[in-house]
Amino acid sequence: MLVEFGAFALALALAFSVLQAGLSAAARVRRSTTLAAAGEGAAVAAFLGVAVAFAVLVHAFVVSDFSVANVAANSHTEKPMLYKVAGAWGSHEGSILLWCLMLTGYGAAAAVLGRGLPRGLRASMVAVQGALGVVFLAYTVFASNPLARLARAPVEGQSLNPLLQDPALAVHPPFLYAGYVGMSVAFSLALAALIEGRVDAAWARWVRPWALAAWSLLTVGITLGSFWAYYELGWGGWWFWDPVENASFMPWLVAAALLHSAVVTEKRGALAGWTVFLAIAAFSFSMLGAFLVRSGVLTSVHAFALDPERGVLLLAILGVTAGAGFSLFAWRAPALSPGGVFAPVSRESALVLNNILLAAATAAVLLGTLYPLIREAVTGEAISVGPPYFNLTFTPLMALLLLILPAGPLLAWKRGDAAGVAQRLWACALLALAVGLAGYALVNPRQALASAGVGLGVWLIAGAAAEILERTRAFRGPAAESWRRLAKLPRGAWGMTLAHLGLGVFVLAAFVETGWRQERAETLPVGGALDLGGYHLVLEGVSAVEGANYDAERGLVRVTRAGQPACIAEPERRAYLADGQTTSEVALCYRGPNHLYVVLGERRGGEAAPVWLVRAYWNPFASLLFLGPAIMALGGLVSLSDRRLRLAAAARRQAEPQPQEQPA
Amino acid sequence: MSLLPKSPKARRRLMLVAAIAPVLALSVGLALWGLGDSVSFFYTPSQAEQARPAAGRSIQLGGLVAHGSVVKHADGSVEFTVQDQHAIDKVVFQGDLPDLFREGQGVVAVGAFRHDGVFEAKRVLAKHDEKYMPREVSKALKAQGEWRGDGSAPAYESPAKQGGV
Repeated sequence: MLVEFGAFALALALAFSVLQAGLSAAARVRRSTTLAAAGEGAAVAAFLGVAVAFAVLVHAFVVSDFSVANVAANSHTEKPMLYKVAGAWGSHEGSILLWCLMLTGYGAAAAVLGRGLPRGLRASMVAVQGALGVVFLAYTVFASNPLARLARAPVEGQSLNPLLQDPALAVHPPFLYAGYVGMSVAFSLALAALIEGRVDAAWARWVRPWALAAWSLLTVGITLGSFWAYYELGWGGWWFWDPVENASFMPWLVAAALLHSAVVTEKRGALAGWTVFLAIAAFSFSMLGAFLVRSGVLTSVHAFALDPERGVLLLAILGVTAGAGFSLFAWRAPALSPGGVFAPVSRESALVLNNILLAAATAAVLLGTLYPLIREAVTGEAISVGPPYFNLTFTPLMALLLLILPAGPLLAWKRGDAAGVAQRLWACALLALAVGLAGYALVNPRQALASAGVGLGVWLIAGAAAEILERTRAFRGPAAESWRRLAKLPRGAWGMTLAHLGLGVFVLAAFVETGWRQERAETLPVGGALDLGGYHLVLEGVSAVEGANYDAERGLVRVTRAGQPACIAEPERRAYLADGQTTSEVALCYRGPNHLYVVLGERRGGEAAPVWLVRAYWNPFASLLFLGPAIMALGGLVSLSDRRLRLAAAARRQAEPQPQEQPA
Repeated sequence: MSLLPKSPKARRRLMLVAAIAPVLALSVGLALWGLGDSVSFFYTPSQAEQARPAAGRSIQLGGLVAHGSVVKHADGSVEFTVQDQHAIDKVVFQGDLPDLFREGQGVVAVGAFRHDGVFEAKRVLAKHDEKYMPREVSKALKAQGEWRGDGSAPAYESPAKQGGV
């Protein structure tokens, strides 16, 4: 009964979305506040409907109601509670419902929080958001009903893929989707602005908080996914340039470009058309990501529900939505005002260069991701594009971007002073160069590229520090004055510096980890040992362990360094009872920021003399790989908390003259 | 400065082009170079026989793991043969086989042929899904008429088993 109620609520939500789009569009045409308010009410009602349906689905998973097809296919009575709940978004149907929940949630939030927006713009935005809701809810209701019943309920469910039964992956999809779908508000605002025919500083200020929130959440989502791949797949790597990973990375890159170009539009009124274009592109890439992941047109190493037929439907949704957005852009964008002029050396120019490089990097990733499809369509040959392509194309473009990054925030708007910036950054450059050279000369084995990357990471971190020093005039005046300036720095400035610092930490770690990672794989009997990176690992024993829904072999690996005990690693190899699948549970020894990563592999040899395949990796700076993006996301949230970015505050400020010296 | 156009609008346009052109040239050049060099082709054993990829060239070899061919050595190395309708290749691999590696199932080995014709795999992929048949494998086998239905005897039928990521 409850399940039918949920299905009904979902259908009702679709109806409300139709109403939302229709009423708001009518409100825009007739300039009626009553209709507009009704449209906003419908937006909130649509969200409530989806929320009820989603709650019902989670409840069905919690109580293991196997009469629901989705629950029977993805849950099991013996599964721990966390994974029962997470199972609700583990399947295709459930994840699309989560997408709709986010979409209507953002729609309702934008409608309610958008009180400061001009009426026409707001009505158009709510109408576009409603239209998006109609498309995705119709898909959910008619093609991917998560609450469909089975004629005969099985006694036991088929359980969730054991690889997905993991805390990081339980929360990864909600963050990822919150990021993907957050771009929909920027998309709606962009289309609304095109309909209104006006893109100005105020519009950019309204787009920024939504793009910031979405970008920050996407950063968290991608990092969680990468961390999961790192310790759950047991391959020792954290990024494989797999289509599924690229699918989430491209919207992230576009959103990063959008954040930067929106600053230019906000402060200087320039790049209006480009900012609108990026806002449309960001959500289009999000939908492309959903399509690539869910349709299975590309072979990926990761697991997800493949459904080619519904993939075609998703492709149609992508084509119609993105097509409508870009067509509207092509039609209306020429009417947008070109904005202010700026000198070749200026903050604007630095941000333009940032956007050019980010766009080129996105294009390179897109080409590499889709090239197998293109090639197969044209020549019929099956190929795959591996990490070497991405290292060759993406990395140099990014390196260029990182080289100019620290200069950007120090340049003045309109006309910058190149010599002055060079004067402020020469110490950072020297430090980066020194660290890079030291890395090349001192660290064994020698790695030229990795050393250069380390220098680049130090350059970014030092650049972020230099920027704070510059803003507070530290060491150039009384200390009290510097402290006062530090305390008064706007949160937006802190956010930007944190994000750039996090990027530096990540770049440093990525090059160190990739350059100096060590790997050993050996078959060991009990008592056997292997040496890796100065550590001595002894397999002391293997015992049988019984888990909640699996049986496991647990290895006991004692790790010592120069005779001193370092840590005890207990990697497991689990056999899940529900479907007979085995997984490796990696043991991580944290040694400062470095990881010693131990995997217990297959049992080989006879019963009399069993041996185990033990793989161990020395991953220097691995913790920083995940800390860096976490700092970036924190930067985004800190920036979001800046009161200048709040919608109401932005509206109030619209009337006031703008203060001059403002950070990005 | 006399070479620059007078109007600020045209000057800005020129500046943009000047900034975009080198980046565009760089990325196109890199992309072409990268795609030429680091694309790895997918072959079934009989396709590999025809195409004769150079020893050491990284490719993907896909097919069915022959029944009874898997030999696991105590030193951690594994030997098995991958076959299709017309040809068969011996594969050696050092390391952990994926959890769903089975005899008679589809598999993709990433690596290169050695000079003696043995395929040395760097990574062996079999998907996390029990019904999984790598797309290229199923396609190539279908073309040869080897394909018989949907995977080889899944433990149970499931409409949409996997999720996440």
